[in-house]
Parts: sequence; structure tokens; C-alpha cells
Amino acid sequence: MQSLISRPVKRPEGEDKASGRALYVADLPKKDFLWGRYLLSDRPRARILSITLPPLPPGYSTVSGEDFPASGRAHIIKDDWPFFAEGEVNYIGEPILLLLGADAQVLHHLLNQIKVEYEDLPPVLTLEDSQNKKEIIFGRNNYFTEYKVIKGDPEGAFQKADRVFEGTYRTGAQEHIYMEPQGMLAEYDEGILTVYGSMQCPYYVKNALLPAFGFSEDRIRIIQTTTGGGFGGKEDFPSLIAGHATLGAYKTGKPVKIILDRHTDILMTPKRHPSKISIRTALDSQDRILGMEIQILIDGGAYEGLSSVVLQRALFASTGVYRIPNARITALALATNTVPNGAFRGFGAPQAYFAIETHMQELAQFIKQDPVKFKRSNCVDYGDSTLTGGTIKEPVMVDELLAKLKEISGLDPYKLPPREIKGSKTRAYGFSLFKHGCGFTGSGERDKIKAVVKLRRNADGTVEILIANTEIGQGAHTTLRKVVSETLGIPFSRIILNNPDTSRVPDSGPTVASRTAMIVGNLLHRAALKLKNQGTVGEEITVEERYAQPPEIVWDQETFVGDAYPAFSWGANLVEVEADPLTLEVQVKNFWGTYDIGVPLDERIAEGQMTGGISQGIGYATVEVLQNREGRFLQQTMTDCLIPTAKDSPEIKVAFVNNPCPYGPFGAKGAGELPLVGAAPAVASAISNALDLLVRELPATPESLIKESKRGEQK
Amino acid sequence: MIIKCIINHKPCEFDTDPTKRVIDLLREDFGLTGVKEGCGEGECGACSILLNGQLTNSCLLAALQLQGREVLTLEGFRETEQFRILEESFAETGAVQCGFCTPGFIMASKALLSENPSPTREEVRDALSGNLCRCTGYESIIKGVLLAAEKGEGVW
Repeated sequence: MQSLISRPVKRPEGEDKASGRALYVADLPKKDFLWGRYLLSDRPRARILSITLPPLPPGYSTVSGEDFPASGRAHIIKDDWPFFAEGEVNYIGEPILLLLGADAQVLHHLLNQIKVEYEDLPPVLTLEDSQNKKEIIFGRNNYFTEYKVIKGDPEGAFQKADRVFEGTYRTGAQEHIYMEPQGMLAEYDEGILTVYGSMQCPYYVKNALLPAFGFSEDRIRIIQTTTGGGFGGKEDFPSLIAGHATLGAYKTGKPVKIILDRHTDILMTPKRHPSKISIRTALDSQDRILGMEIQILIDGGAYEGLSSVVLQRALFASTGVYRIPNARITALALATNTVPNGAFRGFGAPQAYFAIETHMQELAQFIKQDPVKFKRSNCVDYGDSTLTGGTIKEPVMVDELLAKLKEISGLDPYKLPPREIKGSKTRAYGFSLFKHGCGFTGSGERDKIKAVVKLRRNADGTVEILIANTEIGQGAHTTLRKVVSETLGIPFSRIILNNPDTSRVPDSGPTVASRTAMIVGNLLHRAALKLKNQGTVGEEITVEERYAQPPEIVWDQETFVGDAYPAFSWGANLVEVEADPLTLEVQVKNFWGTYDIGVPLDERIAEGQMTGGISQGIGYATVEVLQNREGRFLQQTMTDCLIPTAKDSPEIKVAFVNNPCPYGPFGAKGAGELPLVGAAPAVASAISNALDLLVRELPATPESLIKESKRGEQK
Repeated sequence: MIIKCIINHKPCEFDTDPTKRVIDLLREDFGLTGVKEGCGEGECGACSILLNGQLTNSCLLAALQLQGREVLTLEGFRETEQFRILEESFAETGAVQCGFCTPGFIMASKALLSENPSPTREEVRDALSGNLCRCTGYESIIKGVLLAAEKGEGVW
């Protein structure tokens, strides 16, 4: 049998999707259900004095927080996020109650007649106001989380410094715009709550509902339906919607369906954290980097949710791929009266990489060196120590990535052409170098996730993969089938993998953090090896495999010392932009990316992950604006909440450098988040080169670029 | 109001609210769930149908506008050779990821290739610019349409 690894195979679910037969949650043929429609807060911070409902026709009712039998809080990491506002609203878009009824039109009219009387409280709407404690809206100081990491002797480094260079870099919120808006269908039957819906993490949803209802494990069942994209946006929030829908079903005894329209989805679901990152670098008289001081602020929004873990990833990514002997990093996640921010592909790293990559380019220009050479010469190598005192345990293939970049672009990254003037436009190139930790941060896999996978060989010889990991478009169900097929030496078509149903599959962890291929894939590989030597053909048998941390990976979650990740995926990007110096409009013309993701399990799927992530990164760097004015996004629909279209997307070329990883199946590492991490800094670098401006804020729109300084004129 | 029209090659006559959105009519009353709602305001193209052969966002149409016209949705197209070629080409170039935008892209591609069986890359980009995809970065979809044009010579 020819090896399937890396060789593209046809996605098993592709034809159902292309022919419209695949059923997303909105397509489920459920009869006699109630629609759930939200009453949402239209104040950023206020006390609710009263809610006056119009007379409700028979069959119409409402549910809100106090109707939960046990607790009104969704368990995310802590139990901090109320399903419905608890007497006070903390952001515009916060759910107050859910109105239930059979006719969507009637619900619409009823919603418009509900009167809420508020007593407004002064809100905190920006990172700065939160940090300056303009009002205290959370705890003693508005800090959700505060971390500090010190490496070496940063104080000594700055005392010895010949010169110090500094910059402050900002990024805005980003909306996921998964094409399928969020939705859930819940039913309550014979004491069992069943939820069908669009989600990345069925067990997260289950674990959020258990404490809310106080039910035993067997009374809550979560089934993922075909999911139209996630990108992190369906990591946390599905738990909230599932809570709302199940509460409706529990109280009325009828199935309840909630499908967000796009406007509501944009209004109420989490975004990428806005950030402000300041970097100071100490240089010696030979222009070598002695040390860095970095301050990271991220805007967590109204509830903490996943912010602490996002902040950890931002922190561990803050020195990029560079060897920084002495460093002091302080990191804060702050509360504001805006929609809670959460997971989005990259999870804190895109913000950190925009800051460090831009800073390194500026630093190179400050000391009059070629940025690519400067970045290369400061890049870590095998055996080097990481920011947290861990070790780079894998060959660092940067030279191979750069050589491959030259091969696919025809341009030598070390000799990039200078800015070219073409009529009224200028063209220039930009570059980025980056890595992304695979799997959960720190000892999360061992201490929090504790993944379990099962494989069942049926009497007919087919093998079913039993895991909770979801196919959300990224191709996981194709690559994982390949791993099992290849390990067992049986045809791909004999491997069964259905969308997860928590009553049938063990908790193999969430589908997040670039963990599915490497962590879950490796567990399946080991399970398949076990299965190979067990039982006799024709007899049904199930084997199980549990996560164990490799002994050489050491991490202390209290002090943040050790290996924050078992392995990293790496990338190098080159991009060409065209800019108009008069209007400051920018168009990305060409994009080249080379990646080390260990060994791609399927080159076509891996390529799709790269081009898609690049596109989201280009959007993040250019057109994806979310402006918050008085706590309200000015962009409220798909008409103004822009993402790149086919017309404004460049030609994208990607290639891979093989670097087999011992922790992943057949050498695979994580891939999903990596391309987004590197794309925006490369685009920003090209814009800076094309317009001869500093680019210290993303997205780099004409409106933001007009405020930037000329290069060489910064403080 | 009584509407008479052709839906997926079948003459239909039904009583409906003339202001009902065609997307709701097709999905709820006819069970044609290959028509997807991504935005409800004509931006994303996931609800694309052909109305008298013209690519149209069904979320922006009222039932009244179907009077005397012919509707083609993915369900009425998927049994054809043209669909088979598009599906195969999309699979070969990796154009299908989460799949939610795919029905719309298939209909947009059908509209383009029926009009222009051998488009250039630029013409494909233009023709697909009314459909949004968040997974692929478009590269694989553009290649998929170009491949379908090549494979389907004579079929369009």
C-alpha cells in the first residue's frame, strides 16, 4: 500500500458539503420547535432597574439567569461569565433574557415592545482607561490577570547599554467571520438535555452546562453538527448559546433553536483581544542586543473568559524567534465594558508577533543593518534557551525556510529590491520570521486537558476513531483518519470518524491551540499500534490511549519556568505590496510563505490551512477594522465588517520544509495558527517600506497610517 | 398571494406572503437547505441561486419576485455533469474546507462558466468577488474554477 502521509486524499465529507447535503445546525429538519431570540443590552454598563414585558401570547415565554436550576454562570476557565446579565449589564450585546416562541416574526415584534429601564454607570471603554483605573469595574484594579517573567539580568543589561531603542505597537479587535453564524438546537427529553450545534469543543460545552443544571454526566449530551468555520470563535461562546438554548428547552419541554443572524453574531460574540505592546531594547556598542523590556496589555472585555491563557501565549511569544539573553516581560489582561474577547487563531501570538517583528525591523533600520540579515543573525538555534528557560529541542530550519522562500518567489530574501516607484504608486517588499508553540501552553495538556482517545475495531474489520475533536473545515478528520489507516496498514476508506457525540466519545480535548494533529494524532497513532497487536479479526475490540507528557518536557505553571511548548512550528513570509503615497491605500500583490510544520500529513490540506491563515492575516493587517465608539462597534454587519474578497486577495504561494517531530504522528506538528501569526507583520513591514512610514498600529488603514511618523523621525 | 414559478425544473404554484424572503421560502417551505444564510444582506453570496439564469442573492429577494420566473438552486443543479465536474475540480484543488460558502461558490462558478466557458484568472476573480470565503484565501477556489473550465470543455 502506498503511503498516505503527505499525499493528498479526497476529503470524505467534501462531496456532501459541495452538494449541499451536509446539515449545519440551521438545516436540521426539526419539527415543532421554538425559536429563541435575545433581548440584548444596549448600554455598556448599567444597572437594570426593571424589565417590562408586553402581554405574551400563549406558547410564548422568556427565560433568564435565575431559571437555571443550579448556577447562572458558564464555566469557561473560571465560573466568571454569566449566561444572562445578573442585575447589571457590562457590555453592549450582553444577553438579558431569551424570548421563546414558534413564530420568528411574532418574536421580533414582541422583542421590540420589551422595555428595559436602566441606571447608567460610568463605563471603561479603552485599555488606557482601564489601566489608569478611570473607574474600577473589576476587582481592585481592573486586572483580570497579571504576569511577570524575568530572564537573566535585565536591569544589568539596561545599565550596560550603549543605546536604547523603543516602540509601542497597537492592534485592534478582529472578528472571526466564520461563514456559518453561531447556532444551537437543544431538547429536553426523559430527563436528558441534548444539544446539537456549531462548535469546536463539545466537552467544553458539556462542562459549562453541568454546573449550571447540577445534572449528572449522563444527563447532558452534546452533538456537534457540521460546522462552518471556527477559527477560535467557536471555542468559548458556544457554551453560552448552548446554555441559553438548553434552559429554554428545560423550561418549556420543547426543542429550542437559536441561530444568530450575522448582526447579532458580530454584536455579542468574542473578538481577538486588542493590544498595546511596548518594547525597549538595550544595545551594546557593537549593536548587539543585550536585553529587552516588554510590557503587554490586552483588552479582555467585560468577562475574563479565556483571557489569562491568551495572555500567557502572548507573553511566551513576545520575544519572537530571537535570542534575548536578558528580558523582563510584564503582561496584563484588563477589564473593559466591551464584548468579552476570546480565542482567535493565534491566541495572543499575532499581537505579540506584530510588535516584535515590527520592532526588530525598526531596530535593524536604526542600526543601519539589513532587517532580514539582522533577524536571521539573532534567531535562536537548536539547544538555545527560550524566554522561560526551556530549551529549543528541535533542529531550527530557518536557513532552509529562507532558501525555499527564494525558490518559490525568485527573490533572495537577503537582497530584496528597494522601494520601486511605479507611476503614482510605490511597491516594496516585507518579511517576517516566526514560530508557534504546538499544543496547550505549559502543562495544560497534562494537568487540564488529560486527553483520552479510543479506537474500536468492528467485527467487519472497519475501525472507528472515537474522539471529541471536530472537523471545522481544517481537515482534521481527513488527517486523523490517515494517521490510523497508515499505522494499521488498512485502507483509508475502512476508517470511520463521525462528528462527535459526547455520549459515545471520550474527551480527547478541545479543537484548539494547534493541538489536534500533533497531540490527538499522536495518541491515535499509539492507540493504533496497540490495536494492531490485540484481538483477532472478526472480533470487536476497543483500545484506549491517554496523554502522558514526555519526560524531557519540564514546566512549572507557578513560576513559568521550563518548556512552555513541547515543539514549535516555524515560518518565513515574504510579501509585496503596492501603496499610494497620496491616499495611503495599500494593496497586497504577492505573498510567499514557507513553513516547517514537521511533516504535513496531507499537503493539500496543509496548503489550505496556510493560504487561509495568510488571508486572515492580510485582513488583520489591512481592512479588518472594528472601531469601538462609546462601547458600540461602528461595524455591525458584513457590509462594513470587511474581510478580503477574491478580488483583493493576492496570489499566494506556499511551500513546506520537512522537519519530522518526535511528538507528532509521522513527524507532524501543529499547523492551524502558524500562518496567521506571521502574515500581518510581513504585510506591515512591506507597507512601512513602501510608504517610508513607521507602521505601529494594525490594521494599517489610510486613517491610521496618516497618524504614523516618517521613518527615522520617531522619538 | 399565489405565486407561480419554476423551482428546480418543476412548475410550482403556492400561496405565500409576497414579502417573504426567497431564502426563507426555499429553505423552510421547500426544504432546499443547500441555500445557506451567511449574512442576510447580500454580502456573502452563500445563498446564491440562479434566477432566470442570473446569479442572485436569495436573501435580497421577496417571494413576489419569483412570479413567472425560474429558480435553480444547488439541489436542482447537483445531478448534472457540470456539477460533477465542478465538485471534482473543487476537491482536487482543495477548494472545500468548512463548506458553508461552497454551495454559493458552486452556483457562482456555474453562472460564470455558462456565460464564459474559458475564463482567465482575472475573470474568475471578478466573477467570484460577490462570494465570501473565510477558510481558503480564495486561491484554491480560483484554481478549482479554472480546472473545471479545462476539464469540462464542451460541457458548459
